Amino acid sequence: MSIWEYANPKKFSETAARILPVVAPLSALTLLVGLIWGFFFTPDDYKQGATVKIIYLHVPSAMMAINAWGMMLVTSLVWLIRRHHVSALAARAAAPIGLAFTLIALVTGALWGQPMWGTWWAWDPRLTSFLILALFYLGYIALWQAVENPDTAADLTSVLCIVGSVFALLSRYAVNFWNQGLHQGASLSLDKEENVSDVFWLPLLVCIAGFILLFVSLVLLRTVTEIRLRRLAVIEARERVE
Amino acid sequence: MMPDLGKYAVPVLGSYGATLAILAVLIGVSVWRHARVKRALTEAEARRARAENGGK
Repeated sequence: MSIWEYANPKKFSETAARILPVVAPLSALTLLVGLIWGFFFTPDDYKQGATVKIIYLHVPSAMMAINAWGMMLVTSLVWLIRRHHVSALAARAAAPIGLAFTLIALVTGALWGQPMWGTWWAWDPRLTSFLILALFYLGYIALWQAVENPDTAADLTSVLCIVGSVFALLSRYAVNFWNQGLHQGASLSLDKEENVSDVFWLPLLVCIAGFILLFVSLVLLRTVTEIRLRRLAVIEARERVE
Repeated sequence: MMPDLGKYAVPVLGSYGATLAILAVLIGVSVWRHARVKRALTEAEARRARAENGGK
């Protein structure tokens, strides 16, 4: 069995219909457990007080905002190289989800930044690159809406996705090589010494798992919707001709 | 049961409120659109099947 079998819309829809009833409730359960654990059962941080509870929303959403663009990049490349329609539709389906995660990261970051830094916003490298990423998401969604021919729209949005990947990468690594902003370094690292304490880290991992599962659920659901919309457009076009 | 958030109640509760609101809109719109498109496609396929069977 090859992964390219899922480029067949029928096969993709059937597989999504089998996976969704498992992944969607699992994402709800994981998010519920992670957020309740983080909000009710973790202590305040000795420096940041109760604002540390924002980490359970801010870090997973920021992570998924970047990863969603990464997924769109892969599916866009698949479209450009192999011309599989499902991959272009999956990229289109993922964009509003990525935008929502980017907005969550920006809003929670501003709400966290005000009491910690004394400002809602600063033109810090990571904050600025994240704002540009949000604008790229908006541009990507608008481009899909603006171009009537679906294949041309998929071509143009794929190119935009490749260009926007620079900012997605920049927003991920800006804190590492551009050490002049307010934003702290990465909260999660393979280096144990740089990690947050286990008491915050474990519920954070559960929340990250919840956000990943939510992303997978929504991408599957929205891709199936896009496949059906494409089929509906074909039927309606035939009806107009006859 | 409710943790004492002290002077940080507004940013913490604001963050949770804003996140849940954005996620609710995202999930709500996705599910509603999925159902609407599914219904429209079912109707279109039924129309097509009727037309192919000569309107029977």
